[in-house]
Amino acid sequence: MSHHFEHPRDLWRAKEPRAAYDVVIVGGGGHGLSTAYYLATNHGITNVAVLEKGWLAGGNIARNTTVIRSNYLWDESAAIYEHSLKLWEGLADELDYDLLFDQRGVLNLAHSLHDVREGTRRVNANRLNGVDAEWLDADAVKEFCPIVNTSEDLRYPVLGATLQRRGGIARHEHVAWGYARKATELGVDIVEGCEVTGIDVASGRVRGVQTSRGPIAANRIALVASGHSSVLAEMAGLRLPIQSHPLQALVSELLEQRLGCVVMSGAVHVYVSQAHKGELVLGAGIDSYNSYAQRGSFHIIERQMAAAVELFPLFSRAHVLRTWAGIVDVTPDASPIVGLTPVEGLYVNCGWGTGGFKATPGSGWVLAQTIANDAPDSLNEPFSLERFASGRLIDEHGAAGVAH
Amino acid sequence: MKRLAERGRVDRSRALSFTFDGRSFSGFEGDTLASALLAEGERVVARSVYHGRPRGVFSAGRDEPSAYVQLGEGPRSEPLQQATRVELVAGIVARGLAGVGSLSDEPDTDRYDKLHAHCDVLVIGGGPAGSAAAWAAGRAGARTILLEDEAELGGHLLGVPPSAPDTAARAWLDDKIRELASFAETSVATRTVATGLYDGGTVYALETRKRPGDPASAHRIARRLWQIQAREIVLATGALERPIVFSGNDLPGVMLANAGRAYLNRYGVLCGQQAVVFTTNDSAYAGALELVEAGCRVACIVDTRDDPQGELVARAQAAGVDVRVGSAVAIAHGGSSVEAVDVGRLDGESATAPDLERQECDLLLVSGGWDPQAQLARHVGARVLARPTGGGFSVDVPPRRTALAGACNCTFALSSALLEGIGAGERAAAARGFSAPPEPAPEVDEPLAEAPRPVFFVAPPDGDLSRCYVDLHRDTTAADIKRAVGAGLTSIEHVKRYTSAGTGADQGRTAGVNVAAVTAELLGAPLSEVGLQNARPPTVPVAFAALAGRNRGEMYDPVRVTPIHEWHVEHGAVFEDVGQWKRPWYYPRGDEALDAAVLRECAAVRASVGMIDASTLGKIELRGPDVVEFLNRMYTNAFDTLAVGSCRYGLMCTLDGMVFDDGVVMRVDDERFIATTTTGGAAAVMDWCEEWLQTEWPELEVYVTSVTEQWATVALAGPAARNVLARATGIPLDNGSFPFMAIRDGAVAGIPARVCRVSFSGELAFEINVEGLSGLSLWEALWEAGQPDGIVPYGTESMHALRAEKGYVIVGQETDGTVTPLDLGMGWIVSRKKPQHFVGKRSLGRTDTNRPDRKQLVGLRPTDPSARLPEGAQLVLDPDQPVPMRMVGHVTSSYESAVLGSTFALALLESGSDRNGEIVYAPLVDGAIAAEVTSPVFYDPENERRDG
Ligand SMILES: Cc1cc2nc3c(=O)[nH]c(=O)nc-3n(C[C@H](O)[C@H](O)[C@H](O)COP(=O)(O)OP(=O)(O)OC[C@H]3O[C@@H](n4cnc5c(N)ncnc54)[C@H](O)[C@@H]3O)c2cc1C
Repeated sequence: MSHHFEHPRDLWRAKEPRAAYDVVIVGGGGHGLSTAYYLATNHGITNVAVLEKGWLAGGNIARNTTVIRSNYLWDESAAIYEHSLKLWEGLADELDYDLLFDQRGVLNLAHSLHDVREGTRRVNANRLNGVDAEWLDADAVKEFCPIVNTSEDLRYPVLGATLQRRGGIARHEHVAWGYARKATELGVDIVEGCEVTGIDVASGRVRGVQTSRGPIAANRIALVASGHSSVLAEMAGLRLPIQSHPLQALVSELLEQRLGCVVMSGAVHVYVSQAHKGELVLGAGIDSYNSYAQRGSFHIIERQMAAAVELFPLFSRAHVLRTWAGIVDVTPDASPIVGLTPVEGLYVNCGWGTGGFKATPGSGWVLAQTIANDAPDSLNEPFSLERFASGRLIDEHGAAGVAH
Repeated sequence: MKRLAERGRVDRSRALSFTFDGRSFSGFEGDTLASALLAEGERVVARSVYHGRPRGVFSAGRDEPSAYVQLGEGPRSEPLQQATRVELVAGIVARGLAGVGSLSDEPDTDRYDKLHAHCDVLVIGGGPAGSAAAWAAGRAGARTILLEDEAELGGHLLGVPPSAPDTAARAWLDDKIRELASFAETSVATRTVATGLYDGGTVYALETRKRPGDPASAHRIARRLWQIQAREIVLATGALERPIVFSGNDLPGVMLANAGRAYLNRYGVLCGQQAVVFTTNDSAYAGALELVEAGCRVACIVDTRDDPQGELVARAQAAGVDVRVGSAVAIAHGGSSVEAVDVGRLDGESATAPDLERQECDLLLVSGGWDPQAQLARHVGARVLARPTGGGFSVDVPPRRTALAGACNCTFALSSALLEGIGAGERAAAARGFSAPPEPAPEVDEPLAEAPRPVFFVAPPDGDLSRCYVDLHRDTTAADIKRAVGAGLTSIEHVKRYTSAGTGADQGRTAGVNVAAVTAELLGAPLSEVGLQNARPPTVPVAFAALAGRNRGEMYDPVRVTPIHEWHVEHGAVFEDVGQWKRPWYYPRGDEALDAAVLRECAAVRASVGMIDASTLGKIELRGPDVVEFLNRMYTNAFDTLAVGSCRYGLMCTLDGMVFDDGVVMRVDDERFIATTTTGGAAAVMDWCEEWLQTEWPELEVYVTSVTEQWATVALAGPAARNVLARATGIPLDNGSFPFMAIRDGAVAGIPARVCRVSFSGELAFEINVEGLSGLSLWEALWEAGQPDGIVPYGTESMHALRAEKGYVIVGQETDGTVTPLDLGMGWIVSRKKPQHFVGKRSLGRTDTNRPDRKQLVGLRPTDPSARLPEGAQLVLDPDQPVPMRMVGHVTSSYESAVLGSTFALALLESGSDRNGEIVYAPLVDGAIAAEVTSPVFYDPENERRDG
């Protein structure tokens, strides 16, 4: 018999939208919901609506592979992701919801001298930033994760790995529902089936939104719509430096527990963990074309499975049960955009791309701060929209390995 | 024994023994594991995943939610196989599971293949409609592929006795199936199941070649994954019977009605002695009558309809079967198997009147109606609508170039399904320009079916929903759904996630509609509003290995080697992976370690001469009238001023002004250049060029061709390089005739060659390029010519150390996508004069790219000359500050130098160009290393050696 989880008896109730709110959050994903929650708890702002075009938390928050870590290279990234990880560490209690948050450790494998150099660099940077990080050689990798193939005969042998022991996984819908539940308790309205179709701007300031369920007035509006962020921003006349791509993931059938940590490999492009129920959860790379259709190309999964079986010969006979895709919002520097816009009262939180699940608490926390003060928190100040004009990019491509 | 002497398609002359849960059993050729177990009287074959309840065989096919087994042993052990889909072979070993499989530690010894196929018409599903469609398309001459999941064509007819009234139609179909095999352009793939439909007519299918669990199969290939490009698609994927949710509906002995019928007619197995049939429609009657005929007592047929009048109903009554109309089974009782049911009058849509009547039975056959199976259409976004009759959902508008035929299109009667199949096949062929004169269609005499009265869910009178299983596989009950709805959830996708209903290995085939129906019932909403869960590929579980195919082990990724590779191997080189290439890393002598070998190799180059295989550098040939313009736009420096017969080092930036790649560009003719790239960056540079040419500057006439493999390149470096080369060529090599950055064509060792005078080591050096196939001859000739000077081969590590002594950067090592040419002290290569707006130019003018305190390339000399800074070490100004420390840079390259007699490093350092002479620290786990900031050029800053 397998572990069975029971959700709380009360989550949230569907609401009709009211005519006006103090703050409207567009997008009922993880980040939108955490923003609403922190607006209510940290800032006492509760006259808030979260508008979701489909069913709540059905976007990327429901589709991701739930890798959580904070071992990013640059100071700015390490700070915001570490802030988020610290919030994760107390979140289940705070939300009174078992999030199945499990700090089982995240390995990031190195398969070339280049990977080793970049891995060492990141470990050093993490340590000096106060983020836990270790470098493991191939033998230590084997010890930490016995089912990884560390044979020298591998086409790209494992030369070592970075390890963040505080990294891990959580159950995605529990997180979203946990935030939704608490936010509604505090008075936030969650409106599902409510698509924003227009943004009203007058004399450089937002006034409200047009929706599939009628107009809603608000002087402060946050766009938190992941893959659809640029479509929404366009409604306010803004062009965001975002490309939307399909990103796929898959699960296996339920299997006896064999994999006790998260393993990622940028070089051969695999990341995998085994969920509490027993299914293997694997993520693939993005499709190279732009799309809003939530489906990807199958050859990407074929490649990824080849890599998975190389690294874990044991997985050969595991079965892919289900594949799916989400639309991720990719910025030129693989870092998010969180902050003010040229339109007064309009805020954006997007560009988390392939790796924003781990930021769910931190992202909402800083955005709530930004909305409440109409000024960014020091944590998200570097992640401004202006950086693409100034050139002060926070490029996490090079050294972050897989961007999840 | 439950096996009948007569019926079925099994071969009773071929008994097969097998092991289940450690006990021995026997079945026949043609059995499935499930039919063999049923024949042996095994009722409980598995346990349920969360509640640990006993579970039996529930279906006869892919829809099986309960009878899951671990199949086979050792290296071939396969988790979570449906017993209903395991073809019995001798020696099979299986074990019943509780929803959780296990993976074997022994390496999988099977092979997996891939196959790419193209066709005009792809027909998916080889039942009556699909077989007819393939026949119609095939006879018209269209290239046709028919996929069938099972081992034979025929679909549901395989479970129907030969005596059924539709003999004429079946004879017709048998005939056409035989004819199919004779069409030259038609192929039929059995045991091949379509797993996913993708945009543009791409279909993936999984073929089972080696029968799962077969310890003695002769097939070398276990599975084969087909990727099919189809111009037209006919989906004929049939329908599945829907169970009904009531209390105790998961007990062994409760089974889908058509499954009971299939076990009888296909396998000759009687699943019980005393049956109750619970149905909402006519379809279960035929099976009930066959059971009676086979000697099973059918205690009663419980029909939800108030007044069924169909022909089959009349026949059942005539056969003495007690038909209880307007009634439902409210509760099934039993321990490890069903023992009795409580039947009551239906009161509304989902409850019975409180007075129930007990009826004993050991078999309960259930039919809630039929659900069309068109998941494949939904993979590419087709929507479903609630059906006006029959319950459940059907596809609204099929995807482009896709037609639905037969039961998956709600066309259930055999005659209509055949006609629909023929029509769909003909139309698909016609769309590709193929047709044939019509043939008369088959005639069928079918009993007229009466409308069903769909009932999805019967609540027991006491209201206890905790044993009403909505999803047997995931152990989800109506009570769980009630809890979800009570928590405030209204969307079917939320209910699915709250309860995990429909997410199992069976793809929720028997659960999907009932989850929606129970949710609708509990919400008081119409089924059409609640909708159906998403359908996501694959339709059946696919082994990881089948997706990996042959891309395993050595064939995981191509290994690229140069024409000189064998020589390196013979001379003991240790290799490094650089992208797909194997490059000699160093050439140890005896048991020399890396560091010692590198010191020796570098010393030889500086003192005399060394040679390196540079063939892996990317080479791109660019031609055309606009090639100079193009190069000027792609590189930061100018190429219009480059004379034919010369070469120039060039740098490319990304749009944001960061260094992207570098290499030497040779001008071999007015409109013809060869650009070299880094080894790892070749493909990306090629892509980058094509992207700009194709999408941004289509007006430029430039042709770019990758010629990396076409050339082999050997570099000679060191003060004796000229002497060595002179022994092998007549090309004048003196400084006047062949200056630095010149290129000359001529023969080297009798091989036509292009020689460039370039240097990556800071020494006098020549790079000799010859046609790829002559690479080894060239290398060997130069090796011979170098002997008098004690030439040594050197690898990438020495190359890196040598260039680092000169402060030359390696893109990807000194750069990481955040470094501008100016950061590298290479402002000289960014042209301010050329008129073109090169890629990255605008970004180089941004405020941040011009900050004076950016990280800049510097040299570092550890204050302890024997201390080696690790590459990747972070730099701080104050090693004693608390964490988080303020980092000011990092070490990009670090070596021990033969000529310097000490260690040294390159680093990127904040305001680095202003810090000459300052001390910085690299705090490591075991203490900090101090180093002095220097110029990045450690050796021969005047370039006397290079230019000499
Ligand atoms: C396959 C996959 C794997 C991933 N793996 C990881 C991982 O391992 N670790 C990690 O950290 N991150 C991962 N991510 C990334 C992560 O899921 C996202 O960065 C993050 O979930 C995005 O924030 P969100 O939850 O708010 O987005 P979403 O959940 O997508 O929320 C945005 C919402 O906005 C709604 N919306 C859009 N337009 C409108 C409109 N006009 N009106 C109203 N509502 C609208 C959408 O319907 C959606 O619900 C992965 C993503 C994918 C797709």
